Amino acid sequence: MTLKNVYDVVVIGSGPGGLAAAVAAKKEGAQDVLIIERDVELGGILLQCIHNGFGLEIFKEDLPGPSYAQRYVKEAYSLGVEVLLDTMVLDITPQRKIYAASKRNGFIEIESRSIVLAMGCRERTRPQIRIPGSRPAGVYTAGTAQRWVNVEGYMPGNRVVILGSGDIGMIMARRLTFEGAKVERVLEVMSYLTGLTRNYVQCLLDFDIPLQLRHTVKRVIGNNHVEAIEAVQVDEKWNVVPGSEEIIPCDTLLLSVGLIPENELSRKAGVILDPVTGGPVVDDNFQTNVNGIFAAGNVVHVYDLVDWVTEAGYQAGKCAAAHANEVRRKEHHLIPLIAGNNVRYIVPHMLDKRNLEGSEIRLQMRVSKPVEQPVWLEVHDKNNLITRRAERYVRPGEMVTVVLKPDHFTDVNKADSLTIDVVPR
Amino acid sequence: MEEIQKLICISCPKGCSLEVTVDGDTVVKVSGETCKKGVDYAEKEITDPRRMIATTVRVKNGFHPLVPVYSLQPVPKPLIRDVLKELRKVELAAPVKQGSIVLENVLGTGVNIIASRDMPVS
Amino acid sequence: MPESYDFVIIGGGVVGCMLARWLSRYEGSVLLIEKEADICMGATAANTAIVHAGYDPLPDSLKARMNVTGNQMWDQLSGELNFPFERRGDYVVAIGDDELPALDTLMQQGKKNGVMGIQILSKAEMIVREKNINPDVSGALWATTGGICDPFAVTVAAAENAVLNGVKVMLNTAFEDFIMEGSRIVGVKTNRGDIKCRWAINSAGVYSDQVMHKAGVRPEFIIKPRRGEYFVFDRADITIDNVLFPVPSEKGKGILVTTTLHGNTIIGPNANIIDDKENRETTKVGLNEIWEGAQKLVPSLSLKYVIAMFAGLRPYGNGPCKTPGIDYQHDYIIEIPEDVQGFVNLGGIESPGLTSAPAIAQEVVDMLRDAGEEMKEKKGWDPIRRGRPRFRDMDHEEQKRLVHMDPRYGRVICRCENVTEGEIVAEIHAPIPALTYDAIKRRTWLGTGRCQAGFDMPRVVKILADELGVSPLEVSKKGQGSEFLARPTKQVEN
Repeated sequence: MTLKNVYDVVVIGSGPGGLAAAVAAKKEGAQDVLIIERDVELGGILLQCIHNGFGLEIFKEDLPGPSYAQRYVKEAYSLGVEVLLDTMVLDITPQRKIYAASKRNGFIEIESRSIVLAMGCRERTRPQIRIPGSRPAGVYTAGTAQRWVNVEGYMPGNRVVILGSGDIGMIMARRLTFEGAKVERVLEVMSYLTGLTRNYVQCLLDFDIPLQLRHTVKRVIGNNHVEAIEAVQVDEKWNVVPGSEEIIPCDTLLLSVGLIPENELSRKAGVILDPVTGGPVVDDNFQTNVNGIFAAGNVVHVYDLVDWVTEAGYQAGKCAAAHANEVRRKEHHLIPLIAGNNVRYIVPHMLDKRNLEGSEIRLQMRVSKPVEQPVWLEVHDKNNLITRRAERYVRPGEMVTVVLKPDHFTDVNKADSLTIDVVPR
Repeated sequence: MEEIQKLICISCPKGCSLEVTVDGDTVVKVSGETCKKGVDYAEKEITDPRRMIATTVRVKNGFHPLVPVYSLQPVPKPLIRDVLKELRKVELAAPVKQGSIVLENVLGTGVNIIASRDMPVS
Repeated sequence: MPESYDFVIIGGGVVGCMLARWLSRYEGSVLLIEKEADICMGATAANTAIVHAGYDPLPDSLKARMNVTGNQMWDQLSGELNFPFERRGDYVVAIGDDELPALDTLMQQGKKNGVMGIQILSKAEMIVREKNINPDVSGALWATTGGICDPFAVTVAAAENAVLNGVKVMLNTAFEDFIMEGSRIVGVKTNRGDIKCRWAINSAGVYSDQVMHKAGVRPEFIIKPRRGEYFVFDRADITIDNVLFPVPSEKGKGILVTTTLHGNTIIGPNANIIDDKENRETTKVGLNEIWEGAQKLVPSLSLKYVIAMFAGLRPYGNGPCKTPGIDYQHDYIIEIPEDVQGFVNLGGIESPGLTSAPAIAQEVVDMLRDAGEEMKEKKGWDPIRRGRPRFRDMDHEEQKRLVHMDPRYGRVICRCENVTEGEIVAEIHAPIPALTYDAIKRRTWLGTGRCQAGFDMPRVVKILADELGVSPLEVSKKGQGSEFLARPTKQVEN
C-alpha cells in the first residue's frame, strides 16, 4: 500500500469506536480514510472478548466480541478504508500532523484534515491501587490474562484469585474455569458488585466461585512467583477489620479494578482533558478543543456497552468527515495572493474565492521602494488583468489598498493564484 | 404448594430481578421483568436452565493458534462441562470462516457450535 | 579439572561489576559470579539512583573518602561507558526555622570531607528553584556536585566493558564456600561446580557477611538489611525537577523527593531493619511512612498518579567492632585481611555505594598492588563501551534514520515508554545477555510506565521465546521459578 501524504480522516485505533468512525467517515463522503492500528489485525480488544453479549442494541443479536468486530472490519475494508497494522502512532501535533512507525512501513509522517482519536482505555494496575507485598510473576491485569488465554493459548496459572468484580474480572473467572483453573475467590472492596448482575449469575454463581464484597488484597506473597495472597475485610471507611486476615494460596492474582481512558497522544496534540473522565473535553460532534481532532469511545469515557461505543464512533466519524470535506472545499477555493513587482507583502495571504460572491475583499499591501510618479496596482492571474487601481505615487511608509468586488468573481473563480504588480501609468 | 423463587434475568445487560412463583415444576407467575424476555427466561430457568457457551478451539496453520467459537443457542446448563470437553478435542484447519459449524448438534442437544470469526492462514 | 582464574569476584552488583571493569585493565583472568539470572539484582537494583556529593558520611571515614573520590570519577566514567548521567546538584531542604542549623552542620561536614561547591540558599532562592517546594521552607544546602544516574545502565555498562575486555561473567552461579589450603583461599565452591582462583573478592552486598564468615573473617560482622520503600509517579502529571533531601536524622538521609533520568518523580526510602535478606516486600505502614515524609518536602504530590512501587535492601552493618577505626554502622569494610591469603573483603557497602563504586574499584586495585600483585596493564584494553540506540530519546529525524537502517526499531513494543523490538533484540544478544523480562525492563525501561507492562508483556514474552529459541512457557520475569505462564490452554480435563 502506498501511503498518501494527506488524508481526509485518520482514525487512531480500530476497536469498536475506531471502526465505526472509519466506516461512518467513508459513508459521509470522506475520500481518503486511514485507520492506524498498533496490533496485527483490526478489531481491538473485542478480539479477545470471546464471550457473547455484544450487539443486543444495534443488531438485536447476542454476538461474541470477535463476531461483532468482524462485521465492522468487513464493512471498513469493503468501503475502501485504508489500514496500517502493527503501527504505533508516536506523536500528533495540533496541526494534525501524525508521526508513526512500524516494521513494515518504517517511519511514517502524514497529515490529515480530520483525526479521530479512538485509542480506547487501559487497565488500572497494581501500583495504582497500592497493593503492598512482593513483586513476583503471577500478578496480571485481567485484560492481559485474557489475551494470553483467548488469543495466544496460554494459561497464566492454575489457582487464581481475582480482585475486582468488574465485568472483565468475572468473565475471566468463568473463562479460566472453562480452561481447567480453579478460581479460589473474587474479592471486591466495594459493598456492591461493580460489573453487571447477569455476569455475577452466569460467571460466578453458575460455577460456585465465591464472591466476597468489602474484601481486598492486603499483600502479595512469594518472591519469584505468587504463592499466596493475604485477603482482608474492610469497613465502611476502608479500614482493615482486625482478625479478618486470610491467607489464600494461589499462583495468580488477576486485577479487574477499573479502566482509564488512554490519552497520552491526545495530550501531545494539545487536547484538553476532563480530570473527572480522564478523556478529552468534547462537543456534541465529539470534536475536542483542537480544530479537526475528534474523539470517540472509551478514550472519552469508559462505556459499559460496546453498542454505545459504536454509536459514538459513528457520530465522531461522520463529523470528522464533514470537517474534512469542508477543509477540502476550502483548500479548493483558497488561492494565494502573490506579491509581484515592487510589492513587499499582501494581507491577506490567501483568499477563499467563494467569499467574493457576496461581498468585497480588501487587499492591503506595502511597496518595496517609493515611486514618485503615477502608477497602476494591477491584479492579474497568470494571463489576464482582473482589476487595477490608480495611485499618484506609492511609498513604503504608506499602505495601499486594492478592493476586489463581487463583479470580479467570475474572473477570480478561474484563477489558481492572484499576483499584484506595481507598474508605471 | 406454591413458592416464590428469586432470579436474575441474564437475557440482556439490564439484569432484571425477577420473582417467580412456582408450583412444583410449573411457573405460575413472573414479576419484576421489564420485557417479555424476562418471562421466557424465568420459565426456562425453572424447568430447563440453559447457557450460552463461548470458548476457543485449536486451529492448525492459523494466523492465531486458537479460533474463538460459541453456541448459536444456549445449551442445557448441566452439559456445559461435557460440551467443553468435546470442544477440547477439536482441531480445525485454517482458513476458518466466521459462522462455519465447528460441532453440529453437540451432544445431541440440537445446538450447533460455530466459529466466532474468520481465521486466515498464518 | 576445575576452571582456574586469577580473580573471582563474588557478586554482580555495581561494586562487583565496576571492579570487574577495573581489573579488566590488567593482565590476569577474571571471573564474576552472580547467583541471580541477571547482574544488578540486589542493593544496586532498588535505590534512589543518586550520585551523592559526599557531605553526609562522617569525616575521616573510609566511606567519606570513597564517596568524594567516587563522585569525581563519574563524568569520565559516563563518557567512557556511555551511560546517562546528569550532574544537576542536590538540595538538603530545611523546613521551618528549627531545621536551619542542621544545614550549617552538614556544610561544615561536607567541607571537612573535601566536597567542593556547596552553599546555603535562602528560602526565596529555593522557591524559585523548585516551584513545588513546601512554602514553609526556610533554606537549603545546595551541593553542586550531586548527580542522578540509572543504576542499571551504569552496572550493565561497566560489566559489558569488562566482558569486552576479557572478563567472564557467570549468571545463576551461587557462591557456596571457599576452597582453602591452610589460611589461603585457592578457589570457590558454587552450585555449578568448583572454580580455582588466586584471589577471591567478596562483593556480595547483603550477603557479604556470610561470604566473609566462610573465610573466617570478621565473624562478629552481621548485615541486617535496611529495607527502603519507594513510590514512582507518572511524569505526565507530577514533575519535580530536583533532588530534594530532608534534613538527615539518625535513621539516615531521610525520605526524599527526587527526579529520575527518565523524568519520573520518585519518593522514598524509609529505613526498616529486617532479618530476611530476600524480603523486598512493600508494606502498608512503610508506604504510608514515605508518603507522609515526602509531603513534608512537597505537599502537592498526589497518590492518584503513583505508577509503581518497590522496595530495596541496603547492606547495613551491625555497629561498632573490635577493629579500631571501623564502625560497621557508619563505614565500609575494604580490606585484604592479614590472617587469610588470597582474599579481598568488601562489606557493608550501602549508600553511597553506587557513588563510591569506581573509587572502591580503584582502591582494590591499589591494595592488590600493595599486596604484591604486579597489576600490569593489558595491551589493547579498551575503556570505551559503546551505547545502543534508545528510540525514545531521539527526535523524529533520528528515529527515521534508525528505522531506515533496521526496521525492527520501527515496531514499538512498549507504548508508554516507546521501546522498540530492535532495542529488545539488541539487549537479548548483548555482551551481558538480557534473558528475562526484568533484565530487558531494566536495560530499556520498557514496562515501567503508566500501564506497567499490561500492553508489552505478552509481546516481550514472545520476542524472548523466539530469540532464545524456547517455549513461551520457559520465559521468566527474573529467573527460574518466576515463569509467566503455567501451561497451554486446552490441556486439562475437568
